[in-house]
Amino acid sequence: MKIFTMTKTVAINLVTGPATLMYPKKARVYTTITRGRIENNIDKCIFCGLCARRCPTYAIIVGKDRKEWEIDRLKCCICNLCVEVCPVKCLATDNQYFPPMTDRITGICRMRLEAPAQGEAGQ
Amino acid sequence: MAHRNIIPIGPQHPVLPEPIHFDLVTEDEKVIDAIPSISYVHRGLERLVEKRDFIDFTHVADRICGLCSFMHSLGYCQGVEAIMGIEVPERALYLRTIWAELSRIHSHIFWLGVAADAFGFESLFMQALRLREPVLDIFEETTGARVILGVCKVGGVRRDMDNDTLNGIVGRLTLLKRDLEELSGVFINDYSVRHRLSEVGFISREDAYTLGCVGPMARASGLAMDMRATGYAAYKYLDVEPVVETAGDCYARCLVRIRENYQSIDLIRQAVGKIPDGMIDVKVTGAPNGEYYSRVEQPRGEVIHYVKGNGSRFLQRFRVRVPTFSNIPAMIKVLKGSEVADVPNIILTLDPCISCTER
Repeated sequence: MKIFTMTKTVAINLVTGPATLMYPKKARVYTTITRGRIENNIDKCIFCGLCARRCPTYAIIVGKDRKEWEIDRLKCCICNLCVEVCPVKCLATDNQYFPPMTDRITGICRMRLEAPAQGEAGQ
Repeated sequence: MAHRNIIPIGPQHPVLPEPIHFDLVTEDEKVIDAIPSISYVHRGLERLVEKRDFIDFTHVADRICGLCSFMHSLGYCQGVEAIMGIEVPERALYLRTIWAELSRIHSHIFWLGVAADAFGFESLFMQALRLREPVLDIFEETTGARVILGVCKVGGVRRDMDNDTLNGIVGRLTLLKRDLEELSGVFINDYSVRHRLSEVGFISREDAYTLGCVGPMARASGLAMDMRATGYAAYKYLDVEPVVETAGDCYARCLVRIRENYQSIDLIRQAVGKIPDGMIDVKVTGAPNGEYYSRVEQPRGEVIHYVKGNGSRFLQRFRVRVPTFSNIPAMIKVLKGSEVADVPNIILTLDPCISCTER
């Protein structure tokens, strides 16, 4: 009977609830290996520039003399190659995505080693 | 003599997922002629091969298309490996096969949904996309990404799966199979779906052969053409039997894709049963010098990657012949003489992927 097929479907739906997630209210849980974004622990970084040389999209710029590390998040394809090549393992892939942006320039993340740390390095 | 009209369809159209444009010459409700035009999303990816290192280019090949992203990188890597004479470890071949078959399942379920949307069955579209989600979750847990997997590399694969994960995948696909049976029951038995699809867009076996159809288009017309039977990756160790229907209409193409879903689930079960232990990649040294045609069966049909290297880190030529491109002549042939209301169905049963076609 057609009517009872439908009743069964309605009952199943009432019990199981929606298949979707009320997104902004309820945050999505990412897996541990989700390739979200590249993060740099700048205190450990030695500014060798291997990541910039390995990057297939040329998203990373390393300023050795300025002690500066810069990534363009809109260019980065999160291939994980820089993380694999990093000699001091200061790079890591975070499983959270970078929030969406309206402006091109906000995608560029620049990190600089602070002045006191620079002094230590000089000693 | 009825008046002739030209109806433009696309590049923006509710039923077309991607930008392809048709000028339909119509007489009353009959389509007399169809003139396709593409190149709305050309990105120049083939030219990029001269400016990117051949190992980095795998990431570009990955991004040719969303739905069959893994198979593009697989075809490219196979080409480069054949030129350089690299022996890929068997475990890597099996892992590639598993990911390729998962891509096929997710592409076919997505297609079923989009086809349902084309003939106006919106809740079926929603159900299909719900069923696609478990496959995407498997991708995320095993590769770290949902669509652009980026796990294939020259000389092997990037990530390994342990045995628990592999058995977990088989278990989840068994659950998925039960849901899929429910979904495909609607496609196979529902009166309105049959009415919209059967005896629409007929291609005879001869036409399919002479016009160069590939993939489900050819197999729905009775041509047993499946590149997996040539035994690339780990398919040579598995039992692959091409799924063939003989009716040649939209309904048959739908049936082929439904049955291929079950075939893919079965292939993954076989692969997980046979997968050997060992390395997942080998070290690549040197640069490719030579040329190779690599043929891979995508969800939409056979794709050919032509790779030519000249001994430097930058390849000389890279060319992709995608399945959609070789299916377009058959689609034009079918569109001539069809009803205007059937045009979306016919275009959709081709499963057009314009991003692939233009690159």
